[in-house]
Amino acid sequence: MMTLSRWKIIAVVLAAVFGVLFSLPNLLPQQTLAAMPAFFPRQQLNLGLDLQGGSHLLLEVDTAALRAERLVNTVEDTRVTLTAERIAFSDLREQGGEITLQITDPARRSAAATALRGALGTPLAGTTGGSDITVSNEGEAGLRISFVEAAMDAEAGKAVEQSIEIIRRRIDELGTKEPTIIRQGVDRIVVQAPGESDPERLKNVIGQTAKLTFQMVDESADLAAAAEGRAPPGSEVLPSEDGLTPFIVVRRRALVSGEMLTDASQGFDSQTGEAVVNFRFNSMGARRFGEATAESIGQRFAIVLDGRVISAPVIRSAITGGSGMISGSFTPESANDLAVLLRAGALPAPLTVEEQRTVGAELGADAVRAGQISTGIGFVTILVFMVLAYGGLFGGISVVALLINALLIFAIMSVTQATLTLPGIAGLILTLAVAVDANVLIYERMRDEIRAGRTAIAAMDAGFSKAMSSIIDANVTTILAALIMFQFGSGPVRGFAWTLSIGVVTSVFTAVLVTQVLLALWFRAARPKTLPIV
Amino acid sequence: MWPLIKILPIKTNFRFVTFARYAGVASLLAAIASLFLALYPLTPPCGGMNCGIDFTGGTLLEISTAPQEVDLAVVRGELGGMDLGDVQVQAFGAPTSALVRFQTPEGESAEQAVSEVKAALTASLGEVVFAKTEVVGPKVSGELFESGLLALGVAIALMLLYIWFRFELQYGVGAVVGLFHDVILAFGFIALFNLEFSLTTIAAILTIIGYSMNDTVVVFDRLRENIRKYKVMPLAEIIDLTINETLSRTVITGLTAILALTGLALFGGPTLFAFSVIMIFGVVIGTYSSIYVAAPVILLWGVKRGEDEAEPLPVRS
Repeated sequence: MMTLSRWKIIAVVLAAVFGVLFSLPNLLPQQTLAAMPAFFPRQQLNLGLDLQGGSHLLLEVDTAALRAERLVNTVEDTRVTLTAERIAFSDLREQGGEITLQITDPARRSAAATALRGALGTPLAGTTGGSDITVSNEGEAGLRISFVEAAMDAEAGKAVEQSIEIIRRRIDELGTKEPTIIRQGVDRIVVQAPGESDPERLKNVIGQTAKLTFQMVDESADLAAAAEGRAPPGSEVLPSEDGLTPFIVVRRRALVSGEMLTDASQGFDSQTGEAVVNFRFNSMGARRFGEATAESIGQRFAIVLDGRVISAPVIRSAITGGSGMISGSFTPESANDLAVLLRAGALPAPLTVEEQRTVGAELGADAVRAGQISTGIGFVTILVFMVLAYGGLFGGISVVALLINALLIFAIMSVTQATLTLPGIAGLILTLAVAVDANVLIYERMRDEIRAGRTAIAAMDAGFSKAMSSIIDANVTTILAALIMFQFGSGPVRGFAWTLSIGVVTSVFTAVLVTQVLLALWFRAARPKTLPIV
Repeated sequence: MWPLIKILPIKTNFRFVTFARYAGVASLLAAIASLFLALYPLTPPCGGMNCGIDFTGGTLLEISTAPQEVDLAVVRGELGGMDLGDVQVQAFGAPTSALVRFQTPEGESAEQAVSEVKAALTASLGEVVFAKTEVVGPKVSGELFESGLLALGVAIALMLLYIWFRFELQYGVGAVVGLFHDVILAFGFIALFNLEFSLTTIAAILTIIGYSMNDTVVVFDRLRENIRKYKVMPLAEIIDLTINETLSRTVITGLTAILALTGLALFGGPTLFAFSVIMIFGVVIGTYSSIYVAAPVILLWGVKRGEDEAEPLPVRS
């Protein structure tokens, strides 16, 4: 064990150089760092949100709402399709995720089924002729429309993917630096935005579905019935935010919707000076909107955002230019946020915030300071204690090993950009304390061996070889605990686990190899008869 | 005398096993008391523990009114009149900071509740900085609780498997009894001092498991070696010898860890305080359990020695 082979020395020297070089960027100010030559590493420790401040949001895509919406739309489409085919029907209803209806003339049932199959389903990916709905006979004259489960799941999955894309666009538009947006599990999305000062605004921008539609106002509806939430078939009662009426009855069919927008921006109404959102349709949207407004001059249409009417202006003339503006009770900021949302597109399904953790930048800075102080104090305490316990030489050697260990941990954390969290700092200190354990095990073994009457060199040799199995076993158990934390923990706990794991690996390396090389060098120089620790 | 190691007697000869019976009774009583403290009353999810929002769901705000001190009575009065569930207000670190916890009332969105509370506090306290906002929904809190407990269970099971694989089943059982002892006592400690039970606490307990195993393994390693070396010595004496031989290492490593963690507890700020204190307790209890729980279990059960069958030996009184 105590032979001083060349590769051991090279490994120790390389490790020390690597440790110094790659932990150095953390000590240099940004300017100095920028001025360094290209080969010089630049990566600094990646501080977790609890240390640098920021928001962590766990969002859940409401895929149930997606299904419910699909169901409502399918009911509506069924009505439209059968009416167009002039097939009389009754009792159209949805229940338990399926739709049932009765065809008045049983002879026309198969014609109805064929028409519905053609109109309702969307083709399944990967199959020819497959559809995501099935239409089957039910009783004497009934039809049952049900959805293929796998297709629904695939659609939900796609909605989650789309949501991630849209959230990314929205956050980019806000100018948040380096957001992390990742999918978690089936229908969850994690958003981490460092430094965002106003988490409420972030949540607003992320969480709004921003589904914009233009729908005609149903002026023929009975307002008394509408007040109780009842609307004629094909229409719906929506709450209104225009400040004039509490609700408005609108046609369910949308004239134009938000997907047909090509641009939206915040502006001001030239007459009233109010903040407004200017928008522009694509060619299809412009044509549809032009036609619809030309047909309905004098009537009102409603601008509906996420199921609420923002305003319901009267159509004075056909709007053919493809652009327009939305006015409502906007502030410049809220108009700007809405423009951002419209540009980025609507979320395919509503999002709910399941978990939010926001730390202010100031609190983060306090935590960093506390972390630095306590790490420093803990580290110095360990160093002093080791020198006190084992004397200048052996204590000093373990101090050198521990210093290299600390450098290696910082270097690896910087290079891998692993996240350092506040509990991670605690993990760091504990790792350094336990790293000493390997040194202690080795030294105590050496003392035993000297006591048993061995020579200095034999005792040193036996100290290393016999302590090894304890060291390995002890550290494997710590690694196992850390792996479990990594598997089951979230955020800060994972950071802790990662710091612990890196620390265990580096401390075995330094406590065994660095200590060995240093002791061997000392032995070669001093040729001692006994060891100064007995 | 320097280095200090020279002060430690070269060869100690404490009769640890003699006290094993009393220690066993004490451990058992402490474990029962801990279980009682941690579980009673049997209300889900956390029983007698001071459950953080990680596991109950709800909202936690850290507010700061620096340079003025937070008037906790005003905060309590303001929130008490707001129809929020389970409001808790407590001082946190400096007197200019406070923690506010509450449950979102039924039928209201958490976001709404948070912004109402923020508005109310700003109105009554003046300038308030919301240094930290944490909202955990009911679905997530349930999952966090489950995965936290699962993590503890899996950790203990893995340790058993590893020790079984590296040593023998008896050692594994001894180690696991020791781990249960440590984890139960840690829960009791957390409940007794009303420390918050949260994800970070679970991390601290997992670390205790790691440390305690570390300590137990070192003792076991030497025990196995001694059992091979002294073929005829009674098991109780071998255990005594082993613990004495590893004693200086146990003391030095434990002291180092405690010193470093004390620095963390004193200077790491309020967030790390509970974490460090739990771990200090864990280091002490982990060291104790290696000597008085894990090793005596082996004594009770016996181990294979050489080619012989297991040789159970009673505790010598």
